[in-house]
Amino acid sequence: MTLDHSTPATDATANATAGRQIGDVILDVQNISLAFGGVKALTDISFNVREHEIRAIIGPNGAGKSSMLNCINGVYHPQQGTITFRGQQFRDMNSRQVAEMGVARTFQNLALFKGMSVLDNIMSGRNLRIKSNLFLQALRIGPALREEIAHREHVERIIDFLEIQAYRKTPVGQLPYGLQKRVDLGRALAMEPQVLLLDEPMAGMNVEEKQDMCRFILDVNEEFGTTVVLIEHDMGVVMDISDRVVVLDYGKKIGDGSPEEVRNNEDVIRAYLGTSH
Amino acid sequence: MTLETFPQLLSQHARERGDSAAMREKEYGIWQTLTWAHLAQLVEQIACGLHQAGLRRGEHMVVLGANRPRLYATMLAAQSLGAIPVPLYQDAAAAECVFPINNAEVRFAFAEDQEQIDKLLEIRPQCPQLAQLYFDDPRGLRKYDEPGLASLDELIAAGQVFAQQHPRFIEAEVARGQADEPAAMFFTSGTTGTPKGVVHTHASLLDRARAGAEFDKLTAEEEVLAYLPPAWIGQNIFSYAQWLACGYVVNCPESAATVTIDLKEIGPTYYFAPPRVFEGLLTSVMIRMEDAGAIKRGMFHACMDLARRVGPQLRDGKSVGLIDRLKYALGDLLVYGPLRNNLGFSRVRVAYTAGEAIGPDLFTFYRAIGINLKQLYGSTETAVFVCMQPDHEVKADTVGVPCRGVEIQVADNGEILVRSSGLLREYYKNPEATAEVKTADGWYRTGDAGFLDAQGHLKIIDRAKDVGALANGAMFAPKYIENKLKFFPHIKEAVALGDKRDKVCAMINIDFDAVGNWAEKRNLPYAGYPDLAGKPEVYELIRDCVEKVNADLAADERLAGSQIHRFLVLHKELDADDGELTRTNKVRRGFIADKYGVLIDALYGGKTEQFIETQVKFEDGRTGKVSADLKITDAKTFQPMKAAA
Repeated sequence: MTLDHSTPATDATANATAGRQIGDVILDVQNISLAFGGVKALTDISFNVREHEIRAIIGPNGAGKSSMLNCINGVYHPQQGTITFRGQQFRDMNSRQVAEMGVARTFQNLALFKGMSVLDNIMSGRNLRIKSNLFLQALRIGPALREEIAHREHVERIIDFLEIQAYRKTPVGQLPYGLQKRVDLGRALAMEPQVLLLDEPMAGMNVEEKQDMCRFILDVNEEFGTTVVLIEHDMGVVMDISDRVVVLDYGKKIGDGSPEEVRNNEDVIRAYLGTSH
Repeated sequence: MTLETFPQLLSQHARERGDSAAMREKEYGIWQTLTWAHLAQLVEQIACGLHQAGLRRGEHMVVLGANRPRLYATMLAAQSLGAIPVPLYQDAAAAECVFPINNAEVRFAFAEDQEQIDKLLEIRPQCPQLAQLYFDDPRGLRKYDEPGLASLDELIAAGQVFAQQHPRFIEAEVARGQADEPAAMFFTSGTTGTPKGVVHTHASLLDRARAGAEFDKLTAEEEVLAYLPPAWIGQNIFSYAQWLACGYVVNCPESAATVTIDLKEIGPTYYFAPPRVFEGLLTSVMIRMEDAGAIKRGMFHACMDLARRVGPQLRDGKSVGLIDRLKYALGDLLVYGPLRNNLGFSRVRVAYTAGEAIGPDLFTFYRAIGINLKQLYGSTETAVFVCMQPDHEVKADTVGVPCRGVEIQVADNGEILVRSSGLLREYYKNPEATAEVKTADGWYRTGDAGFLDAQGHLKIIDRAKDVGALANGAMFAPKYIENKLKFFPHIKEAVALGDKRDKVCAMINIDFDAVGNWAEKRNLPYAGYPDLAGKPEVYELIRDCVEKVNADLAADERLAGSQIHRFLVLHKELDADDGELTRTNKVRRGFIADKYGVLIDALYGGKTEQFIETQVKFEDGRTGKVSADLKITDAKTFQPMKAAA
């Protein structure tokens, strides 16, 4: 490779045509209900996500946001309703199958390998894309070596993109929280997902870290055309970066629309200001 | 073809050694090499693109960004067309860029990324002539729809087409370049008043670059890491002018955060940093040593004691006993070698520090562990190289001997005048300022006061405007004395008094952390800052420091008169909030002379104690009063020594 930046440039043009034109519905959630024993976590939730958009799910504590994400992710199996991804319905799919379809996620409480380096953590996101068998990988010969180099290159692009070059070899457990969140995002990106589910990407961050994270989410969306579904507590952040917002409260959908519409929705205001129920 | 301009030198490198590495940049975790031939091609394409876009001979072009091959290529491209690159500081606020851009009537700008483009777009309403903006990294800029905004890739693509249609165009343009044409303009930081554009020609920059290279016998084999702002002339000389003059390899770090890692990987042979960088490195070493196990720590301290005694002598080529030599060799194997390696200094042949006074302990540390760290003296206006320390003639308090082509004269007021072929041509569009610093017969006024010592080494003592005289006419340089005091870890701040008086006295601030620590180790109880500052033991500690400074001053005929006769330790820290320091922590002499008038009278009036009450401002904005009875003590002074022949 030479220094004329040819590779990123061609990437860029390819993406530019893919662009950030909000497209058709990519993910459709219909009448989802989920209960744990007698506790109703979600009741009859419907909404959709369009290709290349940033879609936020907001709501007070216990509203069912993470449960919703877990349903899409294949961790929970809702008792009722359907989830359709690119025209393909998935009920009773496990999380691996969902991941193979191109849905990646990050976690509210980081689930990184603390003792492993940043590089290895992000590399683990490539797991689904590694084709050579374990035996060849262990010996690092022939196709396995070539494959590893290709994957490493991809991981390096993510490291560059997230500006974490200085920590490549640092064990993740030694990094400050804000950086760990970035690594978590990096691992999800390593899957080259079509849809990225982010569970409170900015929880526990200071203002500066939040700004950085916002920029990364917007850049992911713009540069790679990735569709983003995010759960967030910080209303300001949500209103600034999302195209459309779903509002949940006590497992029910109480609002859906552009940030402006949601902001003026009576039910939403009531839920957030805490009027008695 | 002549070799008088930077683009002409580039052509020569590309012709004669096209396959050798010119630059490296770490990208995606791997060092990517750009050869001279590739670089020349890139420069040609950018230049053709810029020509097509309308960049004209003699016009200024702003470059804004960190050290990247494509930034340097853009500077070379502008110079190839006879245009003048104006590098600006990448961390400057948008408003700070307005003056340079309007002053130089800049129409063309190159910016590294979105951050820099945002800055330029922000000030565009104030700089209407700014027509063409090119960016290197397209990230985040895709949605921008601004007139004249384009990526460097597009410019290169357009240039490529033009170059194919006009294959000889750039060659002819480069051949038109003359040595006495402006090559680059550097804006001085302008802490006072508006910034000034320092115009340098190809001849002045190349002359100094070559003088410096000869002095240290630099070759095409050197490795340099470019990590300081390209807008600073020091970086520009080391990674641009000398790079093209010598043809060595310039390495660009991956990002500002990875510099220490990259330093280790590259192992530069030629290195340059201001004292604060060396200080930061030393601190990180010390912190890590404090965390190390007892055996390692013991070994480190034992070896460092030896190194401080023997290392500098070895560096200076003085004779050292056989036992010490053997011990040092062992230390090198166990401690110094690994430490150098860890710092990324294993291969350093020549390292320089400049910009401000470096503490002798700091300086000695690096020399002791076997790094050939030296000092040099120069400024933007002199294209850096005025004085340099030759190998084996290194002293902590001088800045070396004048290098080739430099004449030095000391004016009556002690100000140093420099004449060399590396002087600035002028301040851009500012003949008054030019006339102020450049005399009719070609001397440049540095604004620094100093003198040449018996060995011909230049010693800088202070800014000329701060230098006064004692009542008997002897020179009095307050900052020089204060710096000497402040090099002691126990002294945080000092104010030397003596202008138009018969002797020098000093007011001293202890360093609360360092002295507090010192007191705790001695089981010396104290109730707070004023109490600690007033302890007789602390006075003894400070007296020791003062007397060491006096002994030092006595060794120099010119400064022997400036020995500190009496001093006191202040009961409160000098503070910018109270107006005693500037925001950059420089002593405000006039204000202090007023506020502490009673103390000054007491110092000169021979009193041994003085009551003082001063107002202080707390951090939350409230004010209060502190008062104390301050003791005033005499310090031993020494007979001036005649300079050794």
